[in-house]
Amino acid sequence: MLLKDLYQGFRDPDTLHHLAKAIALEAKKVTGDVNIMEVCGGHTHTIMKYGLLQLLPANIRFIHGPGCPVCIMPKERIDHAAALASMPNVILVSLGDMIRVPGSNGSLAKFRSQGCDIRPIYDPLDTLVIAKDNPDKTVVFFAIGFETSTPMTAVLVEQVIKQQLDNVIFHINHVLVPPAIDAVMAEPNTKVNAFIGPAHVSVISGAKIYQAAVNNYHTPVVVSGFEPVDVMESILKIVTQKAQGKAELEVQYSRAVSYDGNQAAQQLVNKYFQVSPEFRWRGLGPIAQSALQLKPEFSHLDAEVRYQGRLPVTLIDDHRACQCGDILRGLANPKDCKVFGRGCTPETPLGSCMVSSEGACNAYYRYGGLNEEQR
Amino acid sequence: MTKSLKTVQLSHGGGGKEMDQLIKSVFFEAFNNPILCSEEDAAKLHLSGPVAFTTDSFTVAPLFFAGGNIGKLAIAGTVNDLAMMAAQPEYLSCSFIIEEGFAIDDLVTIVNSMAAELHQSGARIVCGDTKVVPKGCADGLFINTTGIGRIIYPDVSANNIVAGDAIIVSRDIGRHGATILMAREGLALESELTSDCATLWPIVEQLIAANIPIHAMRDATRGGLSAVLNEWAKASNIGIDVNESAIPVADEVKGLCELFGFEPFDLANEGTFIIALPQAIAQGAIEVMQRYGHCQQAAIIGHATSAHSGKVVLTTPWGSHRYLDLPQGELLPRIC
Repeated sequence: MLLKDLYQGFRDPDTLHHLAKAIALEAKKVTGDVNIMEVCGGHTHTIMKYGLLQLLPANIRFIHGPGCPVCIMPKERIDHAAALASMPNVILVSLGDMIRVPGSNGSLAKFRSQGCDIRPIYDPLDTLVIAKDNPDKTVVFFAIGFETSTPMTAVLVEQVIKQQLDNVIFHINHVLVPPAIDAVMAEPNTKVNAFIGPAHVSVISGAKIYQAAVNNYHTPVVVSGFEPVDVMESILKIVTQKAQGKAELEVQYSRAVSYDGNQAAQQLVNKYFQVSPEFRWRGLGPIAQSALQLKPEFSHLDAEVRYQGRLPVTLIDDHRACQCGDILRGLANPKDCKVFGRGCTPETPLGSCMVSSEGACNAYYRYGGLNEEQR
Repeated sequence: MTKSLKTVQLSHGGGGKEMDQLIKSVFFEAFNNPILCSEEDAAKLHLSGPVAFTTDSFTVAPLFFAGGNIGKLAIAGTVNDLAMMAAQPEYLSCSFIIEEGFAIDDLVTIVNSMAAELHQSGARIVCGDTKVVPKGCADGLFINTTGIGRIIYPDVSANNIVAGDAIIVSRDIGRHGATILMAREGLALESELTSDCATLWPIVEQLIAANIPIHAMRDATRGGLSAVLNEWAKASNIGIDVNESAIPVADEVKGLCELFGFEPFDLANEGTFIIALPQAIAQGAIEVMQRYGHCQQAAIIGHATSAHSGKVVLTTPWGSHRYLDLPQGELLPRIC
């Protein structure tokens, strides 16, 4: 595969203008606002980074959802990671910008600067190399992400078992999209009346995971890719449904998403993981059956079991001034927050919606001013 | 003899016979010039008129990458800092911090590529230092270079940009950052991507010779195009508008950015520079640049404006606008 093939065709100006015109025509047929929640921070960034708001009519509005693995991570889980990394002879590895998220005693980057061995990795399987290179150390994989990244963790678990590596353990923070949607819709004041679903989640889980939301809340759900043309086409599908008074599940990203998803990946996840009774989401609070944990037969690989009693148990709420919780629930816009851009910036984030590159506040801070002014 | 040993030993940094052999057989042989070889405590230089003075340390991993190595980078980087002040690079110092066990053959390759790169500008290394640190105390090799150059054209400054100035980029952006990323992560993707690492003095010399009135000039190293434009917008108290369609980016770099969630505007360059100059002369400057190698893709990418002072605004190919902000923190891949 050539690198240039990854993006071509999905940013064509003529196509985007055509889609914008079609959306405007359909939007005129709709009474009231179309309040679309883009569950995933990746979509938030597409909308802000490519200035899509400027191409849309005023009755199309966006509400930024809880679908960023960094944003929804409560501080006590970061504190777990910091505690593990601070133990002697432990190497903590994790994906992406988890390293920048503040826990109650600072971010993993701060702990790394104090001498803890914390390594950001690009591919979970890099953990195997680190483990083999450091047989006298315990390597903790701090697993994060939604349905998209869980199969990669499952592959790592499988390889650790197959290769009989006895120095790799897991701290599991894999969460699920549908319970988060339920939590958003359970909010009495919610304005959300349509969803854009993240395509990468459905590549694994299939479009089927949103069927219940369509049925229960009578809202259109369109599973969408992340390129500007993908998002605009998904908006058109939503607005068309609204104009016709429909609420259906549609797949815009048909080039990779099926109704049932990747069965092999789902089987692999089911082999090693089970739904945990509860996970405390940052901003949303505890949500029943909203995350995964290793099955009991693999508990010897579970850092929370292995280090039970040695990990902090205090639940840490957000800074009082931080409105990440309301933003994640769709009740507030980043700019509604009193500390946005003042006490809370990407350099000195109070909340993880600002620190995460997938976060709504980060997207608004980086790209937002101009979008708002020109809307 | 030092060359009979395959790796650098702690004794090579001890100030004794082994160190003398290393310096003579590796460094003096490559950087040979009378000032360096006089072996005084300090180099004796003849300077007159305004001079530019700069220093930089190089810690790249991996040390060898497509299109260059840490040595080429250490020369091009410092020489370019002088060139961007319209100063002809003349004298460089060079300090090596070498990890015990470093392969002598690799050191010779790096030093020879430094000597070759010096020929591009005519600058000379006139003093230096060598330290060897125990295994584990450095990542192979660190190089520091300091440079002095004679200022040929005195009015180049980040503070000198005025509304209406054209903004020119010398070639496609983001190659160095993308090349290092690919080498570091061992991506199994088809690509012939190479770093843009190069000495810029020859082309700057031609621009000055052509009487191009340059207001500001900067090589877009760490922080990439975004960092330079934001620094200029603040330093000159102007706004900058850039047109995304006009910014040259290699397909491979665009693809890599998609894969990792980066932006080409944020990626490092090591042989790409940005110029601000009067709009009326912009096309003439482009023609001078395109006549010389390395700048065939030189392009006007935008202009300075009195609106949105201190901010850089990017216009997308479909006509929407957004701020082009400074890159932040470590470049880490997105999670999902």
